[in-house]
Amino acid sequence: MIDVFGIDALSVLVFGPALSAFIVASLASLAPSKQLGRWTALILSLLLALLSIKVFFDYQAAGLAIGDEQFIVTQDSPWFEALGARWTLGIDGISVVMVLLTGILTPLAVLASWNIEDRSNMHLALLLLFETGSMGVFVAMDLMVFFLFYELTLVPMYFLINQWGSLPKAGIRFSGRFYASTKFMIYSFGGTLGMLLATQLIGWSAGTYNIADLTEIWPHFRQGEALLGIEVSTVKALAFAGFFVAFCIKVPIWPFHTWLPDAHGEAPTAGSMLLAGIMLKLGAYGFIRLVVPFFPDVWLTEVVIIGVNVATLFAILSVVGIVLGAFAAFGQTDIKRLVAYSSVNHMGFVGIGIAVFAQTYAQIWTGADLGADIQTAILAGNGTVLQMFNHGLSSAGMFLLAGALYHKTHTRELSDYGGLWVKAPVFGAILLFTSFASLGLPGLNGFVSEFLIVRGAWPVFTALTAIAMIGLLFTGGYILKGIRAVLHGPFNLRWRDYSLELTPAELLGMAPLILLMLLTGVYPNWILPLINTTVSSIFAGLAS
Amino acid sequence: MDFLNDPNALPWLIPAGPLLAFLIITLVTNKSKLVPATDHHEYGGHHPDYDGMMVPVVHPWSRVISVIVGMTGVLAALLLSWQTLANASLLHHLGQDALASSIAWMDTGTTAFHMGVLVDPATVIMLVMVPIAVLMIFIYSIGYMAHDPRQARFFALISLFAGAMLTLVVADNVLLLFVGWEIMGVCSYMLIGFWFEKESAYKAAIKAFTTTRIADVVMLLGIAYLYSITGTLSFREIMYNPEALDLLATTTPIIFGGWTVSAASIIGIFLIIGTVGKSAQFPLHVWLPDAMEGPTPVSAMIHAAAMVSAGIFSLVRLYPLFAAGGDPHHGILTEPLAFMAVVGAFTALLAATMALAQNDVKAVLAYSTISQLGFMMAALGIGAYIAAAFHLITHGFFKALLFMAAGSVIHGMEHGEHHAHEHGDHGHDDHDHHFDAQDMMNMGGLRKTMPVTFWTFLIGGLSLSGLPLITAGFWSKDEILADAWLLLDKYGSGAHGLVFVLLALAAFMTAFYTMRQISLTFGGEPRSEAAKHANLGQGLISFTMTLPLLILAVFAIGAGFVGVPTDFPVLGPIFSPEYNNFKHLMIESLPLPEATAAFASLPDYHAKPPPFNIVPVATSFIVALLGLWLGYMMYWRRPLRAGQPDPLVKTLGPLHTLFQNRYYLDDIYGEVFVQPSQWLARQVIVLLDRGIIDALLHIIARIAAWLGDLTKVLNLWLIDGVGDGIPIAIFHAGGWLRRMQSGRVQLYLLLVLAAAAVIGIVLVLSAGAALAQ
Repeated sequence: MIDVFGIDALSVLVFGPALSAFIVASLASLAPSKQLGRWTALILSLLLALLSIKVFFDYQAAGLAIGDEQFIVTQDSPWFEALGARWTLGIDGISVVMVLLTGILTPLAVLASWNIEDRSNMHLALLLLFETGSMGVFVAMDLMVFFLFYELTLVPMYFLINQWGSLPKAGIRFSGRFYASTKFMIYSFGGTLGMLLATQLIGWSAGTYNIADLTEIWPHFRQGEALLGIEVSTVKALAFAGFFVAFCIKVPIWPFHTWLPDAHGEAPTAGSMLLAGIMLKLGAYGFIRLVVPFFPDVWLTEVVIIGVNVATLFAILSVVGIVLGAFAAFGQTDIKRLVAYSSVNHMGFVGIGIAVFAQTYAQIWTGADLGADIQTAILAGNGTVLQMFNHGLSSAGMFLLAGALYHKTHTRELSDYGGLWVKAPVFGAILLFTSFASLGLPGLNGFVSEFLIVRGAWPVFTALTAIAMIGLLFTGGYILKGIRAVLHGPFNLRWRDYSLELTPAELLGMAPLILLMLLTGVYPNWILPLINTTVSSIFAGLAS
Repeated sequence: MDFLNDPNALPWLIPAGPLLAFLIITLVTNKSKLVPATDHHEYGGHHPDYDGMMVPVVHPWSRVISVIVGMTGVLAALLLSWQTLANASLLHHLGQDALASSIAWMDTGTTAFHMGVLVDPATVIMLVMVPIAVLMIFIYSIGYMAHDPRQARFFALISLFAGAMLTLVVADNVLLLFVGWEIMGVCSYMLIGFWFEKESAYKAAIKAFTTTRIADVVMLLGIAYLYSITGTLSFREIMYNPEALDLLATTTPIIFGGWTVSAASIIGIFLIIGTVGKSAQFPLHVWLPDAMEGPTPVSAMIHAAAMVSAGIFSLVRLYPLFAAGGDPHHGILTEPLAFMAVVGAFTALLAATMALAQNDVKAVLAYSTISQLGFMMAALGIGAYIAAAFHLITHGFFKALLFMAAGSVIHGMEHGEHHAHEHGDHGHDDHDHHFDAQDMMNMGGLRKTMPVTFWTFLIGGLSLSGLPLITAGFWSKDEILADAWLLLDKYGSGAHGLVFVLLALAAFMTAFYTMRQISLTFGGEPRSEAAKHANLGQGLISFTMTLPLLILAVFAIGAGFVGVPTDFPVLGPIFSPEYNNFKHLMIESLPLPEATAAFASLPDYHAKPPPFNIVPVATSFIVALLGLWLGYMMYWRRPLRAGQPDPLVKTLGPLHTLFQNRYYLDDIYGEVFVQPSQWLARQVIVLLDRGIIDALLHIIARIAAWLGDLTKVLNLWLIDGVGDGIPIAIFHAGGWLRRMQSGRVQLYLLLVLAAAAVIGIVLVLSAGAALAQ
């Protein structure tokens, strides 16, 4: 792993954006030119993107095989000694993909904000600050550090929505962005209360916050004994609930999703891009990194009344999200809310993938010999991580395009558009491409991961997978509805004198996304071996 | 990989030409200039006027270069196909031997999923038909789209379409086949809706994509299931591998386990449903007739060369799977086979009845496509594997011909309409009156003004009707009927009887409605001014639209003679002295009897062909000739005059209305599926998300607000009661709380909901955990 001026790359990835944010924000008072702030933010975020790409290839070059220790720890030093928390950073094949995604999306978000005139330096600084938060989550190997950065992401996002969100609609006194940002903040924050307690409980009881160590220790911790005078299994169930709710809200898993259409809909373009592209992944990543390995026994616990285990319940909720998310998107009249609900739909696939992964993991952990079914779980795990990456690309792309349209027309109502392809052929072509990537067209990125998840889920949750197909069908429905409303039909002459074509900055922001969507669809093995090796190693290590 | 010199790797390049052409046109050569949207010379035809707006229209140079790039791509595909065919012919046992090459595409645990190409007999027959048909369609499009403001985009899209079809043809696994399959779906969506400003066009496009997607998601499940049992999706490792087939046929399925079906049957039916959508079989056939909203070359592409053929082709590919567990040659059908037989035969007849009552020149052909695909599906269902593949190929040729000839007719009619207006023959200004250039009731007498179109259409039509002995359609259709009859005769099963009777009836109707169409279009005297002046004009446009018809006409006749049964009287010894060429080639794509003999679950895929029998041949003769004769007598001998109603209306009575309205299926689907799902979608948002989930959040917020008020009051009371000694902090806290509650009360208090949710889940889980102890 490379160093940057003697500091390990991961620490730079974590603190670099914060430092950049500070620089960009300071420029506002030093130099009045907004252009300077923009270019500074772009260049700094591009440098960080290059570094994250370098980290990706360095990890690849490490050539880890299945069965090896997958974590490459680059930094481990005392940090919060009173608690026993340490500054430990490291990556494996799952987090490196997320680091890459975060690194790539941030400069694109900066490009998408190029036209922001209102306090542009602060806007860009918040984007960079958000990058610090999410990078921190993805490389944290210490539970306290994880929590810290997890919460940190909320702050810039809150202000982005609250201050730069949509303009008030005519006739409505308050702009929806205040409602959306407050709802987002309190909902997310409330969700993590339990997580904070659980984090402290685990760290205090096990005597370490190191995630890799906890993966070994915590599932076996004082099995059958009492802790704090309560049975350990109950304590674990409580801790599980703390994490579970926090991450369910973030993914979002139905019915914890209603903050999302508001937040995504009202956020500025760059905010929506990062929110959908990265922030939702924090929840899914939390499930894979923490909830699955820490609580294998809880996943198999039967839930009263419903009569299925927790993993199955999670799969049910995910499928409900897939189906209802698709329906809700199909019923939308607002383009950004349509795209927002598509996230509920797509992240549902991540959810069902996690459910398969968790259930299989737990079964092997309890000693069941699953034989060939491990292959199923590996495919589901691969698909889940890849779907997270793919959804990051396509949802960011969709929000960039929807935002580009909103910025020019100042309306999000689908019925206000119509026939725009006549006037904006390049925008139209790119919207079609991105929409079809989002739809999961074979040959583009989304299909590979959705296929893997369907294949992985089918033998485990057969009926649920079949029901999820209804959602997949209506994915087609809402995508076509969006295309039809924006591009097809006679041109709406209201926009006759508007320039609707993508600006160069927007086009530049779309280009890497398009390339990656195509590349991943045509040749997924550019990225998949890293995920596959780590996922396979998780199961291999568990079985041995 | 050395693509050019390695015969195994060469097939990779076949789809590459058109795909590259798509990329080059899209990214480089498609350049537009802006013209006023009211300029009819450059931006007319299918596009509305926009006052005072400039619209992009393809540059003349861009038009030329894009056409050249597109043509180069498809020509390269054709030449590479021929080279591949030559390479394949050098293999002794094509089938057991094959040209194949693959790469590790996706890591799956310790193994990897391989993507590759495969040239076996099924690929070979498609490589004969598809590139030629596609090339003809491209040539035709040069002229047909010559005045379209977006011709470059059109060539990009049909190049992608062709590339996707060729990908599907050379694919060595189900997943790559599905990739080509879906990309074609998107291409057809974009091409059906090519004139996207027209409501009918974009609606038809959405309908096509959505209807086929219903089938595709089921097919995806089938693929996932197949993959999870066999651990591979490669055709060679499943379809040529008796062990895999046996495994599938003997595995108890993961769903519907209560029924006595095998996993092979469940997977088979899931995969067949994919084709029911793609190849427009009942009940998912409704998209295909609307698909003619696209430019006519697209119709030819969808109806003949690509899209719908892909569905049947995939069934041919997967046939060993469908038959596993049964023995079709001895009358024992598996569930997938029976499903295909019933759906196919039913669709063949249903669509034929609908074709009877159509007046749109393209609609008749559209329904005939559905009907003919039903023939193929039914043939596969009874195990007439060779016959189905044969009909797929001959149909590809004559249907491409018919669609393009119909396109010429339409083009000619529009030309004629234009001409009539220019010369003021009407004597009145009827610009507002919409003239339907596709309505056969406006045509008549075109044989005189468009002789080449007439003769080629006639050849295509007769081939479709199955005119005995000389047309390709006869040989392939006859073989289907022969197989059905033979199995019926020997084993007397209901499915075979159904197939034979329904197909014979459908074949009769086919001959009749085809003759009706030919007579209405070309026979008699012109029924409108446009028809009087209909012609293709002179020059390049006319040439590019005529040449493909002539070439395809040769195939519409000649293609049949590669599959003449050896024991057919007189002609058999001439064309098939040693063996039936087509059959000899095609049978090799099935597992060998030596290999399958060891497995009780598998049939003998190479079972003997039916010997010559007079009954099916006589039936073929009778239905074709009778249908043609009846059509000739009703429409050619007594041609309709302008305004005269179709005699069929009287003959069929209310049935005619039923046929013309497509059995009202579209309306029923609209009421039963489309509208309820739109209603449901609104309810999910309004009722569920806002009405219940968000409302619950707001209620909790309100309760919390009330608690906040209470605390405030309590604080004030304490301050009053205790006096000045109360710390200021409390006052501040009260003020803080008051600020919160007077602000967006319900929101801040969402916090409480979160806490409540945590508590709720904790309770549930802990109770669960306690129970589990």
